[in-house]
Amino acid sequence: MRLHLLALLAKEPAHGYELKQALEQTFGAAYPSPNIGQIYVTLARLEKDGLVRAVDVEQSNRPNKKVYYLTATGREALTTWVEEPTEGPRVRDEFYMKLVLAPLTGIADRMALISRQRRHYLGLMRELNEVMERSESTVARLLVEGAMLHLQADLDWLERCQEELC
Amino acid sequence: MLKAHNLVKIYAASGVPVHAVRGLDLEIEAGEFVAIMGPSGSGKSTLIHMLGGLDPRTSGEIWLDGKRVDTLSESGWALLRRKKVGFVFQGFNLVANMTVADNVELPALLAGTSPREARERREQLLDKLSLSDRAEASPGQLSGGEQQRVALARALANRPALLLADEPTGNLDSRNTRDVLRLLGEVHRGGQTIVMVTHDARVAALADRVVSLLDGEIVDDGRIPRRKIAGAGEVIDLR
Ligand SMILES: Nc1ncnc2c1ncn2[C@@H]1O[C@H](COP(=O)(O)OP(=O)(O)OP(=O)(O)O)[C@@H](O)[C@H]1O
Ligand SMILES: [Mg+2]
Repeated sequence: MRLHLLALLAKEPAHGYELKQALEQTFGAAYPSPNIGQIYVTLARLEKDGLVRAVDVEQSNRPNKKVYYLTATGREALTTWVEEPTEGPRVRDEFYMKLVLAPLTGIADRMALISRQRRHYLGLMRELNEVMERSESTVARLLVEGAMLHLQADLDWLERCQEELC
Repeated sequence: MLKAHNLVKIYAASGVPVHAVRGLDLEIEAGEFVAIMGPSGSGKSTLIHMLGGLDPRTSGEIWLDGKRVDTLSESGWALLRRKKVGFVFQGFNLVANMTVADNVELPALLAGTSPREARERREQLLDKLSLSDRAEASPGQLSGGEQQRVALARALANRPALLLADEPTGNLDSRNTRDVLRLLGEVHRGGQTIVMVTHDARVAALADRVVSLLDGEIVDDGRIPRRKIAGAGEVIDLR
């Protein structure tokens, strides 16, 4: 979450609760609803690492609140994050290891492994369908759609494995 | 509702016999939604055509609503389909010289539905599939995705007890697929039985059960696991 918070702070200084709201508004149903405690912990670490700094803002009849802003080092870290290429979601595949190795052990045959995995992926796809129905923002829908396309590719690949190995 | 016992299809036209379906057993309950998956050439179309009486079986039995139907004549099948089976073909099979509206209304009219009712149902279906403005077009003027949705509307026009569909979303983009998913969801909740061949996991995921074919045989037949989830965070891992 570190870099997500840095990105939001690059837009404007904010306190913890505002960051939580900004995440919710931007990502809608697509984002695992951020926990406020986790946001404060992350902000404290970012401050310790010199990526953000906090100023105390006095409030009339409440305790002071901390408003965070991005430092030059923070902006640099953010730029590096944005500019570096991003790893695809499945560079390593544990299922593939099972598929290749399990038959050697006699624990399970490939057909059974593939069938079980297919049902599991379809179960995930059903959940994505449900999330999609509940997603109102374009940002959220695109995220879900991306996940669906990946899952479809995984299923197509299972079919290839079945054709070649079973 | 629908039952196949030791169903076999051997194509022999070209000299070398092709075993497209090899002794397959399948039992589908009323109201169930079954997805049929499998690689190209595994026998999915052959199976669903046999289940709809569109391609004769080589041997084995097919039972529909407690009656044996594999022994029916072509006209017997035609009558049965009119009454209770909707079929979506992989290649659409729309009537080329009729408008979209007439294509969709025809099966209902043939089944004896009043013209007014057939028309209302047609309007509803085309609306749900975002096709209302194409009602007066002819199939030749439609994109592949549009023709595919018209074929689905036509198959549902009669509110068939059994919907058999062969790749009904193969040509659709995401938005149109969502329309189709919603409509299929409604049809399923309404209690109609659905047997659908599909490569599209979004569609298959709506099913209660998935049957996987490989080389004309069933290699898996089981329910799709269902969890209760609270939010997207449990499904998608954002870093
Ligand atoms: N009319 C036919 N004459 C001869 N062989 C046929 C005929 N129709 C299908 N086949 C063969 O039967 C096998 C199963 O074909 P089928 O069309 O049922 O596959 P499928 O699973 O629907 O594939 P796809 O995903 O490509 O639609 C294939 O080997 C195919 O070549
Ligand atoms: Mg086919």
